[in-house]
Amino acid sequence: MNRLSEYMLPPAKSVTAETTDALFTFINNTSLILLAGITVAIIYFSWKYRRRSDDDVTPVISHNNKLEITWSVIPLILVLIVFSWGFSGYMDLRTAPDDAYEVKVIAKSWLWEFHYENGYVSVNELHVPAERPVKLVMRSDDVLHSFYVPDYRVKMDVLPNRYTSLWFQTNEPGESIIHCTEYCGRNHSNMNATVFAHSQEDFETWLETAASADDDMDPVERGEMLITRNACDTCHSADGTRLVGPTFEGLWMSEREMEDGEIVTADENYIRESILDPNARITAGYDPVMPSYQGSLSDSQIDAIIEYLKTLQ
Amino acid sequence: MATTDQNKTKKVQVRRFKPEENPEKHYLNQEKGLWAWLTTVDHKKIGLMYLASIAFFFFIGGVLALLLRTELLTPAQTFIDADVYNQVFTLHGAIMIFFFLVPSVPAALGNFILPLQLGCKDVAFPRINLASFYIYVIGAIFTFISITTGAVDTGWTFYTPYSATTGTSVLMMTLGIFILGFSSILTGVNFITTIHKLRAPGLTWNKLPLNMWALYATSIIQVLATPVLAITVLLLAMERLLGIGIFDPNLGGDPVLYQHFFWFYSHPAVYIMIVPGFGIISEVISTFSRKIIFGYWAIALSSLAIAFIGFLVWGHHMFTAGQSSLANMVFSFLTFLVGIPTGIKIFNWLATMYKGSIDMKTPMLYAMIFLFLFTIGGFTGIMLGALAVDIHLHDTYYVVAHFHYVMMGGMVMAFLAGLHYWWPKMFGKMYNEFWAKVTAVVLFIGFNMTFLPQFVMGSQGMPRRYFNYIDQFQGFHQFSTIGSYIIGVAFLMMFAYMMHSLFKGKKAPANPWGSRALEWQVSSPAPLHNFDHTPVIIHGPYDYHQPMSEFQLGIATSHNGHHAGEPVTVEKSVTDKV
Repeated sequence: MNRLSEYMLPPAKSVTAETTDALFTFINNTSLILLAGITVAIIYFSWKYRRRSDDDVTPVISHNNKLEITWSVIPLILVLIVFSWGFSGYMDLRTAPDDAYEVKVIAKSWLWEFHYENGYVSVNELHVPAERPVKLVMRSDDVLHSFYVPDYRVKMDVLPNRYTSLWFQTNEPGESIIHCTEYCGRNHSNMNATVFAHSQEDFETWLETAASADDDMDPVERGEMLITRNACDTCHSADGTRLVGPTFEGLWMSEREMEDGEIVTADENYIRESILDPNARITAGYDPVMPSYQGSLSDSQIDAIIEYLKTLQ
Repeated sequence: MATTDQNKTKKVQVRRFKPEENPEKHYLNQEKGLWAWLTTVDHKKIGLMYLASIAFFFFIGGVLALLLRTELLTPAQTFIDADVYNQVFTLHGAIMIFFFLVPSVPAALGNFILPLQLGCKDVAFPRINLASFYIYVIGAIFTFISITTGAVDTGWTFYTPYSATTGTSVLMMTLGIFILGFSSILTGVNFITTIHKLRAPGLTWNKLPLNMWALYATSIIQVLATPVLAITVLLLAMERLLGIGIFDPNLGGDPVLYQHFFWFYSHPAVYIMIVPGFGIISEVISTFSRKIIFGYWAIALSSLAIAFIGFLVWGHHMFTAGQSSLANMVFSFLTFLVGIPTGIKIFNWLATMYKGSIDMKTPMLYAMIFLFLFTIGGFTGIMLGALAVDIHLHDTYYVVAHFHYVMMGGMVMAFLAGLHYWWPKMFGKMYNEFWAKVTAVVLFIGFNMTFLPQFVMGSQGMPRRYFNYIDQFQGFHQFSTIGSYIIGVAFLMMFAYMMHSLFKGKKAPANPWGSRALEWQVSSPAPLHNFDHTPVIIHGPYDYHQPMSEFQLGIATSHNGHHAGEPVTVEKSVTDKV
């Protein structure tokens, strides 16, 4: 029967996952045994006591105190076990160790920003050290979101008016998917990210070099890579398809009508402004929903994006 | 009879009133014409109008569900885009919950059966009853306006701040639901009053059918919880129209407060939906086992216990929402307490079948399907109540599957059991037993194919309300979609044999199931005023060890005055005149 629970659950990659899975398995197995009992009783009674004639006489059994107390008390004991087990597991999930490595998370419709101690910001990629507790302090820039890593069995809503936090520790380097699990509009199901767990050394190296890692790339390739990495392509297509925002195809140097009737040429300054202060000017027919990339893209990265957009004619 | 208050007991002369078979006059053919229907104050006709309305909404909600499942055949876009998908799941949820599930048993079946089971001519306030139907219709119209003026895409929960920022007509839809709430409250008030004041002579509280206990508990929740929904919707409207910051953080409000308000109604609402189902199952299992119900008081009081504790568990929808750990602990604990009375009911029903004389007719088959599916729904509820596990499962397909096992596997199956059980009394026709059973089996298979894979998907981490999904879930989604088509086929089959029954069905006898319950002691279809005599009750509705003749008693003289449900002693019957 444990096989079933193993099949149902994703790989357990955090130190707290084991408790959660053990409780999941316990409830699953107990439920299956009880369900089997109830099902057998239904089928057996339906057959054994099927109506033989219209004159069947049935015994008068109105109640049975011993039996009724038994089937009230045993489930009560079982749920009290489940409650205590679930609660203690939950307290472990809520209590981050003091030496946890802290990363700040900002959720925006529809991307995840991760702010590290040295000021570096990554989008939709969370890099963490393995074998060390990591604490995420999270807030939202707009509506409710929820941070969920199935492999770690952790989830916490991300709110616009307060900080929430969660912690986890993974002991094996590797990748796991992050989902948004609080409905947040059109691209809710595309608001995914990846957590990369590195060994402590690799993580330190990554953190030092991340800011300049793509400096040497060819600008056009770099721009294309940044568009994907920063989830720009969630809302802007490169092939003319209309998504939440205008397509990038044919954008460069085009004459564009703004919401207020102003005509703007999509040059370097317009693109730069659209990235850093997206709601300053809105293309006619679109909603002002884009989050700002202030702080998460460097000047040279914005240059690269412009170079890439030039190629999409 | 009642011994302690012997002096309060009233002596009445009774005689037997055998129900007339194939009556010439009944409630369906007296007062003909559309106008007579639209202005009727007869609870049975109002019940049927509700039944037609909820069937219509169930059809709409069902078609929307099939659209969703079809879209989910492939990740990303299959045939509708993300915006339409989000609108469709919002509508599916809102319509199924507010327009089908909440009124399904109380307003449709309950309206029809409540006065018949109490032995009275109508509900206490027949005109308010009719008003509640029209309020329901007006609420529905507002909701349809909201669809045509730009559909809502917030999910049926309307969570702020998204619902405050999205450019769709949330206000119109919530206004529709606000209006609808009054219909629900009025029905509740009506039922509570009727149960208290209009019980037939001898129908003391300990002889009340369990279906009445269930509707009583439901009505209490309706009256107490629905105003909170109205308040929530009003606050939402004030925020959007007047800019008063209540839930929107941009205005200084708190979005989690909205969730508290919303679930303070919507969790008890889940019990508005399921508790009346418990009532039906009690009636059906006892009738088709032809045996006294096991643990009458345990079942009756557990309904009240569920109604009461149900008010105190709303926070279990918010374990990950950012409320305090202490609140989470308390809500988790109370949630488990609700599980106990529910479990007790399951065991009581099983014990009722023990040594019974079980006739697996269609209503009983649905009751058995209910027992199986609802038990799964209950156990997975325990899973979700466990704090550490819920952190993993919250807002995944596991919740979607759990909810559908409880609401469709539980509530809808109980509703279908009740519909098939009382169908002969409603229309005076029998349906084709064979096709009804085949349909039940097809429905059972389709249901499990649809929702069992969703437990696995959810556990593996598939979030709900996802238009797009990662490839590893495609197989489960496709299996689930095929299952949903089978459910669709089952309901088409049901529609076909029910239409056949209405127009060409065999005439139903007054009491096709040999039940002892009061509603079966009048002709089918029921007479216009339910009883042409004042019924007198001396046995409980499940006392199958007593002869049928003692369940058909009425006051012999023309004097009809009585006080609700006062105990009676029966003076030896005059004659057994028919």
